[in-house]
Amino acid sequence: MEKVLTRNFGLENSHRLETYLKNKGYQAARKALTKMTGPQVIDEIKKSNLRGLGGAGFPTGMKWGFIPQANPKPKYLVVNGDEGEPGTFKDKYIFEKDPHALLEGIIITCYAIASHKAYVYVRGEYVKSMQTLQAAIDEANSSGYLGKGIMGTTFDLDVVVHPGAGAYICGEETALLESLEGKKGFPRLKPPFPAVVGLFGCPTVINNVETLSCVGPIIANGGEWFAKLGSPKNGGNRLFCVSGHVNKPGVYELPNGITLRAIIYEHAGGIPNGRKLKAVIPGGISAPVLTADEIDVKMDFDSLKAIGSMAGSGGIIVMDDTTDMVWAAMVAARFFAHESCGQCSPCREGSGWVYNNLKKLYQGGARPHDLANLPGIIGNIGGNTICAFGDAVTMSVGSYVSKFREEFENKIKERVCRI
Amino acid sequence: MPNLTIDGQKIEVPAGTTIIQAAEKLGIEIPRYCYHPALPVAGNCRICMVEVEKQPKLQIACYTPVAAGMVVKTTSPKVLEARKNVLEFLLVNHPLDCPVCDQAGECKLQDYYMEHGQYDSRLASVKVKKEKKAFSIGPTVMLDQERCILCTRCVRFTDTITKTSEFGVFDRGDHSQLDVYPGKELDNKYSGNVVDICPVGALTDKDFRFKCRVWYLDHTKSVCPGCSMGCNIDIDWDKSRPHTEKKERVMRLKPRHNPDVNNYWICDSGRYNYHFIDENRILSPQYLDKIVEWGEAMERVAETIQSTKAERIGVLASAQLTNEDLFVIRKLFKDTLKAHVDFRVPEKPGDSDDFLIKADKNPNTAGAASILGAQADAQTIVQKAKQGELDLLYVFGHDLVKLFGKETVAQIAKKTKLFVFQGSNINDTCGYAHLNLPSSVYAEKDGTFTNCQQRVQRIRPAFFPLGESKGDWEIVSFVAGQLGAPLSYKGPQDVFDDIVKTVAGFAGMSYEKIGDQGMILKK
Ligand SMILES: Cc1cc2nc3c(=O)[nH]c(=O)nc-3n(C[C@H](O)[C@H](O)[C@H](O)COP(=O)(O)O)c2cc1C
Ligand code: SF4
Ligand code: SF4
Ligand code: SF4
Ligand code: FES
Repeated sequence: MEKVLTRNFGLENSHRLETYLKNKGYQAARKALTKMTGPQVIDEIKKSNLRGLGGAGFPTGMKWGFIPQANPKPKYLVVNGDEGEPGTFKDKYIFEKDPHALLEGIIITCYAIASHKAYVYVRGEYVKSMQTLQAAIDEANSSGYLGKGIMGTTFDLDVVVHPGAGAYICGEETALLESLEGKKGFPRLKPPFPAVVGLFGCPTVINNVETLSCVGPIIANGGEWFAKLGSPKNGGNRLFCVSGHVNKPGVYELPNGITLRAIIYEHAGGIPNGRKLKAVIPGGISAPVLTADEIDVKMDFDSLKAIGSMAGSGGIIVMDDTTDMVWAAMVAARFFAHESCGQCSPCREGSGWVYNNLKKLYQGGARPHDLANLPGIIGNIGGNTICAFGDAVTMSVGSYVSKFREEFENKIKERVCRI
Repeated sequence: MPNLTIDGQKIEVPAGTTIIQAAEKLGIEIPRYCYHPALPVAGNCRICMVEVEKQPKLQIACYTPVAAGMVVKTTSPKVLEARKNVLEFLLVNHPLDCPVCDQAGECKLQDYYMEHGQYDSRLASVKVKKEKKAFSIGPTVMLDQERCILCTRCVRFTDTITKTSEFGVFDRGDHSQLDVYPGKELDNKYSGNVVDICPVGALTDKDFRFKCRVWYLDHTKSVCPGCSMGCNIDIDWDKSRPHTEKKERVMRLKPRHNPDVNNYWICDSGRYNYHFIDENRILSPQYLDKIVEWGEAMERVAETIQSTKAERIGVLASAQLTNEDLFVIRKLFKDTLKAHVDFRVPEKPGDSDDFLIKADKNPNTAGAASILGAQADAQTIVQKAKQGELDLLYVFGHDLVKLFGKETVAQIAKKTKLFVFQGSNINDTCGYAHLNLPSSVYAEKDGTFTNCQQRVQRIRPAFFPLGESKGDWEIVSFVAGQLGAPLSYKGPQDVFDDIVKTVAGFAGMSYEKIGDQGMILKK
């Protein structure tokens, strides 16, 4: 299988400009800047069926096309490297192993949308990522790949690294913009969407690190080539992050549309100690959990959506038959209760309430009405909030209760105290 | 202008109007906590969700703009269910200390629960505890973080109206807390407004706390007498316990919405400026050291007037008086007796800003100028009185001691035959005046003030004048009667109708036309 995103990962000093240049580095950017117009670049991306790998799977070319070129304000590219979704650790690899691939994607994207400033918002804990990226930016600046008149053209671009401060919600694109502007990370009301009113009130494209790292290869090899790598409407390969009860956890570059079974058993080495699979989260903690019966699903945005889950950020969390699903639900709920930004009432009050309820169920002492009320309370959050976080609480936590109901009922029958 | 349908009623509104605003025009009030018409939209409480046909999700009415052909339902089963659910979330960690909460009775949590909630509690665990309960956050306001529903109205008020940004929401999730920034206090000239806009009992007014249950309050529409802006207010007074032990009838003042004057706001100095209504009042007429009957008091004034000439009479009217008071003063002293009359005493300008607070601390300077004109001059009148050139000096409300000094006032008392002070509250000048006459305060008056925008606005009596005090217009009419030149007005409205006939700027006005928004004087 052809490696795209990880093509340089195995090289010595893969993060250095020198290494990158030796392996066809910045040739795609040169091609775009010297031989293509912005709209041509956007067309190529549209052809590639590249979809946002930050979680929502929105078609990337279409997103760029929303930038109103007639708007006299400056345009911005914001790179989402907040990587907060539990189970997800792919952007970190890109930052640290191939930062120039990301920078090349940034250059081409900015050229396509006529932006001269890009901000890379990096998860605050990713200190090494930030250092590696900054070193790469410095190299690029001093070698004419960034800054004024890039590669002898008239195109200028400045790339700025900005650390996050430890809030999951700052990965949500509009909360990220607020945070970049120096405010508390509260998601904004939409519309307007960032393409029209984004950073500092200007048209802004926000893309995930991995999404942008696909841009160079697409321009180098053509949109159709990329589209063919994946499944219909889900172009290319992507990085799957496998964690939990597998023999070989790690980051795997595989084509969109591969089955979940193949990822777990063929690539990640199957379940340790011959135990049985019980459940899998297919796309980060926000994605509804799948049962062992559902793993023949194709891993792409549309197929996972069709069975009521989501491809999300590519974070696959595998749980074997020793896993207590009430506990798993409680841990997910604890994460949401801790990370809700607290702006809108259903999510602010509901996420904590759901967590407390699950804690009681797990620790013992819950009564039948606690379980009876739970799905209703969980269900009242999603669909009624400012951002998709509220939907994630409902979809994700709700899935444990509906798919593993028996385990929840047993908790009440057992009357065990686990405090 | 998009056409849309809300609950089966058709309406056409300008583009950009939100659903909540369009519904309001039809008299449909969609519940709201975070929405406030004078603040930027936050869209965080979610109580205003409505059903919009062809939209899969409910939409928040406070943020969603209308569109042509839109069909909105504000009371469908789906909407009512969502409202109930949002309320449940808002109440899940709410302390429910209504019995000791000042907001009870005018609390939107209580109101909407009764209208849309009415469910049994499903909470089976403990509530989130927050740190600050009954916590002072500045000179005027107390904060209770547990009662706060984090609607951010107060945050947006201090961010966008006063631009002082004292408030922030700290922490995350259900531990989010409303607080002032570390090291900051809520201390600005409009701080009390946050209590009004807080939909619950999270921000309470130190001045009002535990003083009175709001259901005992009666509301009287009036105008703040604190400066020439003439902010519209409600006088909230205790109807069931008139004149309590503390001898206060007014419990609080609240801003009354007038988009052309003060919008929804008043300044703190206006808000807390009501204690004088029941404190330190002159309660009966007094001649030298003796309390006298009104009849005797009036007789003394009449006698003095009859025994002297017009040029030996000086009158210091006041821009604190209503147009009606001033007009009766003009009728008697200026038109009939041809005495020296002026109202413009040399006052130091007060503080001011570029919002509501005006340097002229009189509510009716514009009215006094239009009714009395400016022939005589207050300073000259005082000089004449001091030099013994006047037999009668008649002062309305002014504290001459403060304005001209003790010496001058002592001289006036010595040199005049009769030195009359007519006012509502005792001041240093009363001690020098020969005759003190008790007049009513604005809260006891019917009449009009003209503000700095030349806007004529109604004030209404909340309650009867205290003690034996009377309206200024009434006392002056009484004097006229004693002189055998009666001014037979039936009341302030009658006086106003005469002003309309006599003073050009008022032409075409009437109490009805002035209404609640006021009317601008004609040039
Ligand atoms: C609660 C929440 C957290 C998110 N966190 C991240 C994140 O950490 N990284 C990311 O790239 N996208 C994250 N997203 C998705 C972004 O909002 C946005 O869709 C994405 O950055 C767009 O880039 P893409 O189109 O390239 O995926 C998050 C979304 C939500 C609702
Ligand atoms: S849904 Fe949750 S995370 Fe999103 S804005 Fe509302 S409170 Fe914040
Ligand atoms: S804020 Fe409202 S609901 Fe809460 S304690 Fe006060 S009156 Fe009761
Ligand atoms: S204190 Fe009152 S106005 Fe301020 S956020 Fe809380 S509930 Fe809203
Ligand atoms: S009033 Fe609309 S969300 Fe609060």
